[in-house]
Amino acid sequence: MNPNSEIYNLRVNGKTHEIRDSWVGESLLYVLRERLNLPGTKGACEQGECGSCTVIMDGQAVCSCLVMAATAIESEIQTIENLSDGGSLTEVQDAFVTEGGVQCGFCTPGLVVAIEHLLSQNPDPSEIEIKEAISGNICRCTGYGRIFEAVDKAVSVRKAKTS
Amino acid sequence: MSSAIQTSTRRDVLGTSALRPDGAAKVQGRFEFSSDLHAENMLWGATLRSPHPYARIINIDLSAAYKITGVEAIITADDVPGKKTYGLISSDQPVFAQDFVRYVGEPIAAVAADHPETCRRALAAIKVEYEVLTPLTDAELAIQPTTPPIHPDGNVIRRQQIITGDQNLQGEIVVEGTYEIGMQDQAFLGLEAALAIPDSGGKGIEMFVATQWLHEDQKQIAACLDLPNEKVRLTLGGVGGAFGAREDISLQVHCALLALRTSRPIKMQYSREESFYGHVHRHPAKIFIRHHATRTGEIQRIEAKLVFDGGAYASTSSAVLINGVTHIQGPYRCLNATVDGYAVRTNNPPCGAMRGFGVVQACYAHESQMDKLAVACGLSPVEIRLRNAMVTGDKLITGQVVESVAPVARCIRETDAIALPAPLTKTAHPLELVGGSGLTSLPQNIVRGVGWGVSIKNLMYSETFDDFATARCQLKDGVATLKYATVEVGQGFVVLAPQIARSVLGVDEVVLDTVDTGIGSAGSTSASRQTWMSGGAVDGACRLVRQRLFEHVGKKYNIDPLRLVIEDTDIVDMIGDFRISVVEASTGVLIDETFEHHHRPTEELDEKGQGNCHVAFAFVAHRAVVDVDVELGLVKVIQIATAQDVGRVLNPIAALGQIEGGIAQGLGLAVMEEIVLDKGKMRNPSFTDYLLPTALDAPSVVAVMIEEPEPQAPLGAKGIGEPPCISVTPAIAAAIRNATGKELPRVPVRPQDICF
Repeated sequence: MNPNSEIYNLRVNGKTHEIRDSWVGESLLYVLRERLNLPGTKGACEQGECGSCTVIMDGQAVCSCLVMAATAIESEIQTIENLSDGGSLTEVQDAFVTEGGVQCGFCTPGLVVAIEHLLSQNPDPSEIEIKEAISGNICRCTGYGRIFEAVDKAVSVRKAKTS
Repeated sequence: MSSAIQTSTRRDVLGTSALRPDGAAKVQGRFEFSSDLHAENMLWGATLRSPHPYARIINIDLSAAYKITGVEAIITADDVPGKKTYGLISSDQPVFAQDFVRYVGEPIAAVAADHPETCRRALAAIKVEYEVLTPLTDAELAIQPTTPPIHPDGNVIRRQQIITGDQNLQGEIVVEGTYEIGMQDQAFLGLEAALAIPDSGGKGIEMFVATQWLHEDQKQIAACLDLPNEKVRLTLGGVGGAFGAREDISLQVHCALLALRTSRPIKMQYSREESFYGHVHRHPAKIFIRHHATRTGEIQRIEAKLVFDGGAYASTSSAVLINGVTHIQGPYRCLNATVDGYAVRTNNPPCGAMRGFGVVQACYAHESQMDKLAVACGLSPVEIRLRNAMVTGDKLITGQVVESVAPVARCIRETDAIALPAPLTKTAHPLELVGGSGLTSLPQNIVRGVGWGVSIKNLMYSETFDDFATARCQLKDGVATLKYATVEVGQGFVVLAPQIARSVLGVDEVVLDTVDTGIGSAGSTSASRQTWMSGGAVDGACRLVRQRLFEHVGKKYNIDPLRLVIEDTDIVDMIGDFRISVVEASTGVLIDETFEHHHRPTEELDEKGQGNCHVAFAFVAHRAVVDVDVELGLVKVIQIATAQDVGRVLNPIAALGQIEGGIAQGLGLAVMEEIVLDKGKMRNPSFTDYLLPTALDAPSVVAVMIEEPEPQAPLGAKGIGEPPCISVTPAIAAAIRNATGKELPRVPVRPQDICF
């Protein structure tokens, strides 16, 4: 793809990555997954409808399939891989497992990022605030019931820890 | 590549909410889905598809595409070395179209290149010359003998009648209707993806693929590649949901052919749009039914005609059809029937398996009829269903006696006992109103409705098919290792299998080996069958190991092995006071056993639709409460109450997840999900235009699990995957009827169906 390639830097999970020999049309999702070896962010609709590719960009939850990677050079990007270091789970991650919020798991990284973002802005959301916050993340397996339970549990665990 | 997974070491036996061993990896993004796979030196593959529903291919010109830098190979039908067609039941679908294309999206060629974008440019540069033909898109027209066949096998894939009892009986009460069900998409989130790695020398291939049935894929791929089965080795790539859409071959053969052609690893992955074209859907159907009943509401006879549109190729249409015709009576007694069913070929997208498999369509029709019958007899929806509810020992219209536990009346009564939701309050948050985030509805236009649906669903494969499952258990030093080819699509076999091993063997540590074709078939993860079939195989293998362990202990300690039992993690003598831990007893020994579980044999249906064609049945009741904005035609499902016949609960949290997830899919079919076709072309192959239930659409689900263990089932548990999505759709439609007074003979119910 040399004729259209560019070299640029991306800040992902606190590290600077040089992106070489890439086509400038590549989405942030593609670059994360295929060039930076960060496949935790998933692609499922390419249209910003399903939320599987949710990442945090400059403090906002965004669909990385809709962001052109080459336009994100000034941004701080955080992915699911940044949440836990492979060993310990965050309260949200732990609650997803214990409350049955995971089935096939394809929507899970995007949902976890979206919920972590919600709780960072609003540590004690109401039921309707939770539903609204994750209504851009489609889950086809669970019907959402166990995911709501997981959010409730994560909120109460965090509350107990801070009080 | 699914590597061995060490499961937790808690006493997570059957009946507990044991946690998924893949859960931690999935929440951290570390779980490897098939789309996450990479290999050194790999190329990307992509597929060229037909833009026409029906056309003759005159010429394919690859020359311009070959000139693009980075293109390594382009293949067409001429490059298929073995069988040129494939298919689950009949092999009628071309790997690549050769002479005709018969649906929009039919594969014509595939390319391998260095980058997905190079692939896209190469596809755009392939010039195909077509003679465009008039598509056959009307399923009823396809039945007419005067309609020219669009495929050498003809337009009728299968016709099945059921003729039983008095063919002239006329009831005191007669109600009838014609019902239509739209085409639903499985819409799993993890798009089709595979990685194919050729053996050096090109005489074999290794594939990592997201599928529902590794051995069936292996058989079909090997035939097309002209390789022996053992030269096509499949390993399960992580599966992001399936719901029936991965039962048929999609990209497997193309990916393997490109790998063999280029001698390099090939990765293929569909986009969402391509996924809509690349897998089968739920059959749209048109069903006429007439019920004859006594004045007091006892069903005496049903007449029905069912037409399932199978689209361009057969897939599993013939099996979907017999599920439709044999379930058309619903979970109700009926002695006389005149049923005629067709599955036909058209130039619409091919249809095949989706959760509920033919029964979803039949259930929408029979439940719509039950409400009409209730009105005609002056009974409530609950009373008419209780009056006709079948019981164990009843004879179906196929002549088959229901030997399964059949707690139909209990499902209805326990659902009825669930409290209705509180009425909508004047102070409700706008997001809780119909229309949700659109903020469209005025509270005075919102009307609440309640409706019912009850269903019967067959479990496992039918009509003489022996869909056995294989499992191997090795015990060494207190650790059990399980090997099987059972596909995990999200349903939770990955947690159930170690639960079984812990319960049977008294071990704590269970290791799951790689899921691949290195062991006998497990059958498909479909038809609500894996807990029963693969669960039965794991249970059987573990029991054989336990027997050998008891023999070993008996010999060593001079005790009759028949006196030994497992108690928690110990082996104990039932009569004496001997006790030894399983860990200690199995230290230094290796016990290795493999078991195949077969369900009882079934029969073909004869010309009159008579025969013991199904293995077993499960039942469920749903009650839906909806709010309808009668002015805007918008619907919000408020609550689904359900009581499901599950046999035995093996993992409460996983079972509830199946129930809630199935309900959401049935809700989708009731009010939002439909692939819209216009002269054979899909109008909405994207998640922007094909609407799926979101968190704001999710109703409150109140579920009761009815545990009456099934004597036939190895673990007492019935399949639970499909029933949740079946009768919830008619229940929601009935609730909308209750709110609006409209007949609503079609799902999904659209705003215009309510407003006009």
